Amino acid sequence: MPENNDGTTRPALSRRTFLKLAGAGVLGLTVAGQGLRILTARAESRTEATTAPIGKGKRLRRWSAVIDLRRCDGCQSAGTAPQCAEACIRGRFLPEPMQWIEVYEHELPGGGTRFMPTPCMQCQNPPCVNVCPVAATWSTPEGIVLIDQRRCIGCRLCMAACPYERRFFLWGDPPLPPEAALVDYSPVHQIGAPKGTVMKCDFCTDMTSSGRLPYCAQACPNNAIYFGDLEEDLATNGRNVVMLSSFLSNNGAFRSKEDLGTKPRVYYIPGQGQDVGRSPFTKGLKPVEWPWDKTTEGAKTWKRSSR
Amino acid sequence: MEAVKPVVDFEDRLEERAFSPLSHISAKYALLVAVLLVFIGLGVYAYQTQFREGLVVTGMRDRISWGLYVTMFVFFIGISMAGTLISAILRIAHAEWRLPITRMAEFVTVAALVIAPVFILLDMGQPTRLSNLFIFGRWQSPLTWDVFGLTTYLIGSAIYLYLALIPDLALCRDSKRLKSHPLKWLFKAFAVEWRGTHSQHHRLARTLGIFMIVIIPVAVSMHTVTSWIFAMTLREPWDSTMYAAYFVGGALYSGVGVLIILMAVLRKAFHLEEYFKLQHFKNLGYMLAAFSLIVMFFNVSEYVTEGFKLKGDMHLYLERMFVGPLAPYYWTYALSGMVLPALLVAIPATRRSIGFIVLAALLANIGMWIERYLIVVGGLSLPLQPYHPAIYSPTWVEWSLMAAGIAGFILLITLIVKIVPAVAVWEMLEHRKPKPVEEPVEELEQTRQPGLRVKLGSPFPEKPTPPVDGGRK
Repeated sequence: MPENNDGTTRPALSRRTFLKLAGAGVLGLTVAGQGLRILTARAESRTEATTAPIGKGKRLRRWSAVIDLRRCDGCQSAGTAPQCAEACIRGRFLPEPMQWIEVYEHELPGGGTRFMPTPCMQCQNPPCVNVCPVAATWSTPEGIVLIDQRRCIGCRLCMAACPYERRFFLWGDPPLPPEAALVDYSPVHQIGAPKGTVMKCDFCTDMTSSGRLPYCAQACPNNAIYFGDLEEDLATNGRNVVMLSSFLSNNGAFRSKEDLGTKPRVYYIPGQGQDVGRSPFTKGLKPVEWPWDKTTEGAKTWKRSSR
Repeated sequence: MEAVKPVVDFEDRLEERAFSPLSHISAKYALLVAVLLVFIGLGVYAYQTQFREGLVVTGMRDRISWGLYVTMFVFFIGISMAGTLISAILRIAHAEWRLPITRMAEFVTVAALVIAPVFILLDMGQPTRLSNLFIFGRWQSPLTWDVFGLTTYLIGSAIYLYLALIPDLALCRDSKRLKSHPLKWLFKAFAVEWRGTHSQHHRLARTLGIFMIVIIPVAVSMHTVTSWIFAMTLREPWDSTMYAAYFVGGALYSGVGVLIILMAVLRKAFHLEEYFKLQHFKNLGYMLAAFSLIVMFFNVSEYVTEGFKLKGDMHLYLERMFVGPLAPYYWTYALSGMVLPALLVAIPATRRSIGFIVLAALLANIGMWIERYLIVVGGLSLPLQPYHPAIYSPTWVEWSLMAAGIAGFILLITLIVKIVPAVAVWEMLEHRKPKPVEEPVEELEQTRQPGLRVKLGSPFPEKPTPPVDGGRK
């Protein structure tokens, strides 16, 4: 061992060598980490169903929804719970108490209420995507925010970040009916997601990309929900086809919590159900029901809050 | 030899006091460890339940999706400030009264930083995917910043604690008192051939000098990114630019509080009355009071500006907090968690008693725990859609895991004070020594940096400078 002036021994490993070794170690770990990442990445699942370009060109769908509040009476006239929410629950096997599209009753300044069906806003500046530590939630090129529940670690930072409260957690094992076993898991429909992960409205892009309307739009008895493509500038509620841009402009459309800068893809036409004969002073909604506790053995569900 | 006799006496007594806890295990100690293990065992059972059933066994739900776990995480991160503050800041300031307490402060930091991430793990819905944070980590996410901050801070504080331990490990290795100690090999291995030569002192002083400077910004960034987990969201109660400063202030406050409590406990348990004097409690008490004023200032600054404008849903939020269902929490925190501790230190009659200063520290930490709970649960309870504010009530699983976490924190400290001396023996000896090893005093006087001294009352008579502090060249 080398000696210092005062007679003490100096370690064989000098500072210079140590720093070199440490640098090489860090570099090695980084390379190994990236290699592991490439080996374990499951990129194919992220893009499959949603990014297929339309036609021959490179045009991409820009999915959006328009909800005509003039035609929404919270299903008061039908005498049922909001059918958009119930169809969504049945179509996506949502456990209680999830309502990916939920009809909220907002107070009007002059008294009375209006109903606002509220799906995921599919923000173009999505706070949930911005905070996710593992890129388990991401924006597709078509503008839809999806979740890969095989990667989600369940930290719920996205739920804290979402200003619309449109994210839901699988607090326990969801009670899935037998038919749910017929589909393999995909982030596009989220059926089969394990407990301890986050779920949300996916705009039913598995259906819209094959020309069908999402469950909520199909189910609305008043045809209040339009789905469309900003790129093609068309939208339909299943009965009428409208030119999306002029439909929004001519009817004074707005977006929810616009001032937050989240840039939603869901637009609302102001109204309180007047086009389907609702008075704003007829208040109240029927509660939504989940059929699974009757159809699935040993289903364990939970409530919205502790009590 | 007669001239140095009292010094030798001091040395001898100090060694005896500092090393005696290491050499035997009392029945009380074993009982404490057993009780702590029972709590941890309960926590393990609770976690088993949670792992099997999912987070459905907790009181958290979609509307209030974070609860006690995140509260405890923020609380322990806050406590971790103790070490940096006392040890690094006071070391830089050459405040010599810190000497007996730096070691404990560093224990608190390391133990708190080991326990805090456990609560993140407990809160995760898919804990087995923890590695995703490293495999798929997005550097843009505030949670990733926290992972970086926490690992850096933990490793940094552990090294800092160890560096300042080396000479004491050598003392343990060479001590006659610990001749047949079962961990003698450990002392020998970790003392890394320390013989107290001038060049060793010099190198240690330089390394400690670098670390004490570097660890302060690391600690500040840790509390900053912890606050940003909240402040990076659009929720109105959290959407504040002063959150980072608020968290740093709160961390200083609760960190000093925990240190005072630990000091009082060890003073009694290990009979360290000679080294932890009233003056130490007073000095730390002054710091506690100062930090409580800072936290009060942040409260006023935040709530007066928000309350004056009542933008958006802040009306509902402030109403709930000041007069609504959260009011009992808020006013307990404000009055007995901030005002009362400051008063207990400010009033000379109560300040003269260690008991009252410890009470102030205890109240401060209960208050800060409530404050963390209010931030997490109170912030989430503000509805974002038209419905009545949700309610969160923790279940037995969460309470058990919270108790287990606190027990784990106490256990870590309980174990570490049995393994290594709880006071920095060598630093106190250096301070007493008339001259350092193989080095003339005059040379030292020149390298001393004047003006950096904090003149808080020192419990020790002033003696020439310790070589370590002034050893920079």
